Amino acid sequence: MATCKYDWPEAAERHLIGKPISRIDGPAKSSGRAKYTYDINRPGMLFGKVLRCPHAHAKVTSIDISEAKNLPGVKAVRVIQGEGKEILWGGDEIACVAAVSEEVAEDAIRRIKVQYEELPFLVNEEDLERAQSQGHTRAPSVQTKGDPDKAFADPDVVISEGYYGAPVITHCCLETHGQVTEYDGSDHLRVWISTQGVSTIPQQFAEVLGLPATHVEAICDYIGGGFGSKFQIDRWGVECARLSKDAGGKAVKLMLERDAELKVAGTRPSAFAKVKVAAKKDGTLVAWQSEAWGTGGVAGAGVPPLPYVLEGIPNQSKKYTAVSTNTGGARAWRAPNHPQAAVLTLCALDDLAAKLEMDPIEFLTKNTGLAPEHLGETYNDELAKVAELSEWKKYWHPRGRGGSGRIRRGLGVSIHTWGGRGHNSNCDVLIQPDGSVEVRLGSQDLGTGTRTVIAIVAAETLGLPVEAIKVTLGDSRYPYSGASGGSTTVGGVSASTRRGSVDARDQLFAAVAPALGVPPDQLEAAAGHIRVKGNPAKSLSWKQACARLGTKTIQATGKNPGPCELGSSGVGGAQVADVSVDTETGRIKVNRMIAAQDCGLIIDMKTAESQVYGAMIMGISYALFEERVMDDQTGIMLNPNMEFYKLATIGDIPEFIVHMMTGPQYDRRGVIGLGEPPVISPGAAISNAVANAIGVRVPTLPLTPDKVLAALEKA
Amino acid sequence: MKIKVKVNGAWREDEVEPRLLLVHYLRDVAGLTGTHIGCETSICGACTVLVNGEAVKSCTLFAVQADGAEILTIEGLAPDGQLHPLQQGFWEEHGLQCGFCTPGMILASYQLLKRNPHPSPEEIRQGLEGNLCRCTGYQHIVKAVEWAAARMSS
Ligand code: FES
Ligand code: FES
Repeated sequence: MATCKYDWPEAAERHLIGKPISRIDGPAKSSGRAKYTYDINRPGMLFGKVLRCPHAHAKVTSIDISEAKNLPGVKAVRVIQGEGKEILWGGDEIACVAAVSEEVAEDAIRRIKVQYEELPFLVNEEDLERAQSQGHTRAPSVQTKGDPDKAFADPDVVISEGYYGAPVITHCCLETHGQVTEYDGSDHLRVWISTQGVSTIPQQFAEVLGLPATHVEAICDYIGGGFGSKFQIDRWGVECARLSKDAGGKAVKLMLERDAELKVAGTRPSAFAKVKVAAKKDGTLVAWQSEAWGTGGVAGAGVPPLPYVLEGIPNQSKKYTAVSTNTGGARAWRAPNHPQAAVLTLCALDDLAAKLEMDPIEFLTKNTGLAPEHLGETYNDELAKVAELSEWKKYWHPRGRGGSGRIRRGLGVSIHTWGGRGHNSNCDVLIQPDGSVEVRLGSQDLGTGTRTVIAIVAAETLGLPVEAIKVTLGDSRYPYSGASGGSTTVGGVSASTRRGSVDARDQLFAAVAPALGVPPDQLEAAAGHIRVKGNPAKSLSWKQACARLGTKTIQATGKNPGPCELGSSGVGGAQVADVSVDTETGRIKVNRMIAAQDCGLIIDMKTAESQVYGAMIMGISYALFEERVMDDQTGIMLNPNMEFYKLATIGDIPEFIVHMMTGPQYDRRGVIGLGEPPVISPGAAISNAVANAIGVRVPTLPLTPDKVLAALEKA
Repeated sequence: MKIKVKVNGAWREDEVEPRLLLVHYLRDVAGLTGTHIGCETSICGACTVLVNGEAVKSCTLFAVQADGAEILTIEGLAPDGQLHPLQQGFWEEHGLQCGFCTPGMILASYQLLKRNPHPSPEEIRQGLEGNLCRCTGYQHIVKAVEWAAARMSS
């Protein structure tokens, strides 16, 4: 096999890659030293607040900011959407202020007088007919493949029909959105911002503020969660900068309150569908029909990829209708559209398997050939793995045969897929004459372990311990690195770091080769030494070697994409949920979740596994608890707080078994992203487990006790 | 109003507005930003600190209510840079991802271990139910507390 100089080291030569390594930012985070955007305090800093529209749909007929302006301590007041503006969702920005303290800013907000003309609105979309009759639907998209009518009419097929859905949920990052903006002179802007894309921020501000992008610096050392909701600078970010300018350049901190966060800072679109699906008696899938709809706010929603994973079903008829509602807009939510697609597809398939009286794992395994190219085999391996680890044969029973007692137990399964190809990334790798090493790039660590992965790759390449590498990220002045979305970061930064580190190492080899009396290509970096291959006695310690640089610092730039294939795209994943359902109270307890997940070559086993654990818990959260509740009467969100927007707590977590797929066939694929795929399956797996336990389908998430009882009653 | 509080071992006196929340006092007046704000409505636990040895969500108290009290924040747990076993446990066992909930989780765990030095996983879950983690590192948080409990008793 031809090798390429940047290739990942072979398994036998890896000292760090793939091992469970503790994250390098652990001490900073556990000691309170890590500074989040919320924690930035600048000299003389002002506090910004936003006045938000209390109506779902309204026209601003008048606005008076004079009283706010005259309040002592208020330094700037701005109208964002003034007289004549039509406001399309509750919580949208109307005006903002900057004042010497949060309290004064709040007082000022209260003194702004706005009059609205209220307009008709729609905030709930599950009733599609109502949405249609009120003109809130877009023209549906319709697709057909093969001959679905004929396939469904075949007397030899078994058909299952059902209704499934997942409501709008929010991101609810623990650190809300926000920023601190500060002008240096009239044309230099510094922004500390809670963002998933440090390198992309200057351009965004420059465009709206009319500054050269070179005059904007964005900083984000630590971020308290993003999950897809923190890519844009947002209107409140722009207004925050304008407040700074109006206040003579002073720093202004504007972080969203929790209620604003839940109303306007990001949701996952809903998806509901009537699904009809057919298979031959032996379980071979032949036809799919879906009529789906959902909302992502005024702009409608992204179309979930249906049928999910098993996209090769030969006969298909699909219709999708986007519903426009007067609600805060959707944003990418960890694996956009996939968790919904998994619920709509894998629950329908599970109902069909039950009708066929087939074990759903056998049923899926029979049909994995309908998955995209290389994934069929991966799914077979993963399904076999979760069957083994969950002791499926022992605990699974045909649907509804979970006994007649009050508590019924059931098992459910789901599969998923995701892309995850590494994004564009550049980094500088510096080796100083004193031996210290730094990797610098304009990336960000969302908590997934990006810093740690970079340190591992550099350390592995340079033959150093992880602690020897300083990783500097979170500032747009460093080399451009892509935004963290779509699970593209680990692939991007590990490849750029690998290429930069190999080049930096080669420069060091060239500098020390004469001293070791061999050509540079005879050298290797290992165990803290630069040594002659096959003759480890002939070596220099890392420090001695670097001292040979004299006063010259090595600086090598690594890029992705670049030479040699260091990553690819397209992962699978399978999960099993084991639940107990109390048939008297309707309460569901998840007993166990079992996952088998591939992601190509794993850099850090610890952070990788942690992504899977975290994703499954987040999955339990949206499967059982999370839902944005909108009031039909007033058009406002009824649960814009953490008390009634329920998240899973530590008491809700079950036993977990996480199995990462490893071995040459996975290593060969290079590094692929992982943050998103494992969050896709839990909704479907848990819903299927509940159906298995109680014998009937609870059609929509979240699987709350009232819905469980209603389903039981109907049965 | 004037208040006098002992924060992480040192007394300080400040003039504060009566409506100032303790969490804002700690973060904005005392400059201790390790105490985070997640909800301001006493649900998430990100703002947990110890007041006279009791874990308290510092967004539920006014600063003036803490007059005369002894307060321990996350910064006070490792005064000379030597990590407390809980801080080490959260690192070792990967009990943190974005880390925003971590200071609150650690201080809630601190009280838990003081009351019950050898908690079962079940007891750890019960004790931390008032603290939310959106990155949902719960599995590892239980392990982190167990890790610390083992160190602290040996
Ligand atoms: S900020 Fe105090 S409990 Fe959430
Ligand atoms: S680690 Fe992010 S909220 Fe807990």
